[in-house]
Amino acid sequence: MAGSTLEIKDLHVEIEGQQILKGVNLTITGGEFHAVMGPNGTGKSTLASAVMGHPKYEVTQGEILLDGKDVLEMEVDERAQAGLFLAMQYPSEISGVTNSDFLRSAINAQREEGDEISLMKFIKEMDATMDTLDMDKNMAQRYLNEGFSGGEKKRNEILQLMMVQPAIAILDEIDSGLDIDALKVVAKGINQMRNDSFGCLMITHYQRLLNYITPDKVHVMMQGRVVKSGGPELAQRLEEEGYDWIKQELGIEDETIGQQA
Amino acid sequence: MTVKVSLPYDKEYVTQFSQGLQEPEWMQAFRLHALEKSASLDMPKPDKTNVSNWNFSDFKHDVSGETIASLTDLPEEIQNFLDHEKEQQNLVIQRNHTVAYGELDPKLKEQGVVFTDMKTAVREHSNLIKEYYMTDAVHVDEHRLTALHAALMNGGVFLYVPKNVEVEEPLQAIFWQEDPEASLINHVLVVAEENSSVTYVENYISHNKEEKTSANNITEVFAKAGSKVSFGAVDNFEAGTTVYTNRRGVADRDAVIEWALGQMNEGDTISENITHLIGDNSHSDAKTVAIGRGSQKQNFTANITHFGKASEGYILQHGVMKDKSSAIFNGIGKIEHGATKSNAEQESRVLMLSKDARGDANPILLIDEDDVTAGHAASVGRVDPVQMYYLMSRGISQLEAERLIIHGFLAPVVKQLPVEAVKQQLTRVIERKVY
Repeated sequence: MAGSTLEIKDLHVEIEGQQILKGVNLTITGGEFHAVMGPNGTGKSTLASAVMGHPKYEVTQGEILLDGKDVLEMEVDERAQAGLFLAMQYPSEISGVTNSDFLRSAINAQREEGDEISLMKFIKEMDATMDTLDMDKNMAQRYLNEGFSGGEKKRNEILQLMMVQPAIAILDEIDSGLDIDALKVVAKGINQMRNDSFGCLMITHYQRLLNYITPDKVHVMMQGRVVKSGGPELAQRLEEEGYDWIKQELGIEDETIGQQA
Repeated sequence: MTVKVSLPYDKEYVTQFSQGLQEPEWMQAFRLHALEKSASLDMPKPDKTNVSNWNFSDFKHDVSGETIASLTDLPEEIQNFLDHEKEQQNLVIQRNHTVAYGELDPKLKEQGVVFTDMKTAVREHSNLIKEYYMTDAVHVDEHRLTALHAALMNGGVFLYVPKNVEVEEPLQAIFWQEDPEASLINHVLVVAEENSSVTYVENYISHNKEEKTSANNITEVFAKAGSKVSFGAVDNFEAGTTVYTNRRGVADRDAVIEWALGQMNEGDTISENITHLIGDNSHSDAKTVAIGRGSQKQNFTANITHFGKASEGYILQHGVMKDKSSAIFNGIGKIEHGATKSNAEQESRVLMLSKDARGDANPILLIDEDDVTAGHAASVGRVDPVQMYYLMSRGISQLEAERLIIHGFLAPVVKQLPVEAVKQQLTRVIERKVY
C-alpha cells in the first residue's frame, strides 16, 4: 500500500479569538518521520489539535488535505477514519469505560460493519502490544485514563496508535513526563510502526526523543509559523546551540505568539 | 379476586384482607391502627418536588397471579432477569400480589436461612416479623404513605440470615406487576444476624404505559454486628405507575450495608434511601443511578446518618436527564454529636441531554461533631465536549461516543449488581431509555 499524504497549507488558527497559527505549511508523506520543534508557546500543540479538529480551535484560513481530500470538512471521527491519529498531550479520563472496551470500539469503528475484530484476536493483539510497551495487563480493565500516571497515559496513547494503525500520526509531546526507560519503551513501539505506508509527525521541545526516533525532516516553529526546516542535523544543532541562532538569523526577538517579527 | 379500592379505605376491607391472609392478630391490629393514622397524616414533602396531585389513590389492591410450574413458562421479558446457567435458583417471583415461584437451596434452608414471600413470612415467622416490621427503621406515622403502606401491605419478601452464616450465592426477587392497574405495596425485610453476610437483588417490572396505578414499597435492612448486606435493585415500572419507594438500613457495630440502586422507572417517582450507621466502625456505600425522560418528575434522596464512632458513609448519585424530565438529587451526609472520626463523602452528578430537562444536585452535609472528615462533589452539566473529541479522534462516531460516556457514567451501579443477568438487563434498560 502506498503511503498517504497530509498537506497543511497556509494554516491560520484561532482559539477564543486569539490567533495562534499564522500560516503553517507542512507536507508529510507515508514512510516519513517529521519532527516539529520549538520553544514553548510557539503553536506546536495548536497545530496538532487543529489537524484533529479539537472543538476549541477554529481554522480561519488555509487548508488541510489528506490524499487531496478536505480534512477541514470532516468531523473528528471522519478524520480518524480517513487515517489520521493524534496521540494527545493530555488525554481525557473517561470513567466507567474500560480501556479494552474503548480500544475495541476504536478498532471496530475503522472497520466495515459485519467485519468487526473477533474478541479472541483483539485480546491477543492487545496483550502482545502491551508486552511491547511493558504495560501492566491490568491496565486493559481499568477505566480509560482514570487515575493513570502521566507515563501510563503516554504509553496508553502509543498502545492505541499501534492497535489502530493509522496512515498518518501526530504525536503531541509524547516524551514529556517520561523517564529515560519509559522513553525507550515508547520509542521502540513507535519505531515498530515505521514502514512505507505510515507517516509520523512528532511534536517535541526536547531533542532527547529524537535520539531514539530518528526523524527524516525537522521543522522549527516560532510565532505560529514554521520558520526553518532541515534534516536530522538541524535537531542536532538545536541540541548544541539552542534556538537563539535561529532567532538572530531571522531577526526574531520574542519567539512566542502575539509578537510580530 | 380483584377488588378496586379508593381512599378512604375502610376498616372492614382491611380486616377482611388480613383475615383472608390468615394473619396473626397483632398484624391485623397493626394494619388497622395504621389505617386510622393515615387519615390524619400529610403526604410526604420531598424537597423541591410537589407530590400533592400525584396518584396514590387509584389502583387495584388485591390481584392474584398464576403460579408457574417451570421458569421456562415465564415470558421472555421476565426470563431476562434470570441466570439460566445456574442449577440452583435462590429466587422468589411475585406476580401481581401472589407468589408465582419460589426456590431456595436446601443447604441454605438447613443453615436456617429464610427467604420467602412476606405473606407467608407473617404467618410462619410471626415473632421475627413482629420484632423488625416497621419498628426501628421506618415508622408508620412518618407520613400518609408510610401509614397506608402499613395498612395495605400486599406483598414483598422476608430474608433472614442466622448468626455466622455466609450466603455466597446471591438471592433474587422479581416483583412483576403484570396487571396494569395492580398496586404493589411491597414490604421487603432483610435481617442479617451477627457476622453473617448476604447479597440480595430485586427487580420491579410493569408494562402499563397508559393505565394508572401506584406503588408504595418499603424496604428495611438490619445488619447486625459484623455482618454485611449487599443490596441491589433495578426498579423499572412503566409510565402509568406512580412510585413511592423507601429503602432504609440500620447498621450495627462493624456492619456493612451496600446499596446499588438502578432507578429506571418511567413514571413519577419519589425514592428515599436512608442508612443509619448506629454502631462504631459501621460502613455504608449507597449508589444510585437514574434516568429521567418524557415529562417524568423524580425526587431521589440518599441519606447516611452517622451515630457510631469511626463510621464511614459514601453516597454516589448519578442521573441522566432527557426530554422535559426533571429530577432532584439530594445527597445528605449527617454526622451526629459523638460520632467522632467518622467520614461522610458524597458525590451527586447530573448529565443533561436536553435543554428542556431539569436536574438539581444538592449535596448536604449536616455535622454536629468536630473530629470528623467530610467531603462532597456536585455537578450538573452536558456531556464534556473534550471527552467527546477524545473518543471521536479514535474514529468512534458521535452517537457511539456519547453512548460510551453515558454507560460509563451509570456504570458504578451496573458494575456492582450481583447477578450477571440483572447487570445485562439494566444495561439494556439504560440503552433503551437513552436512545
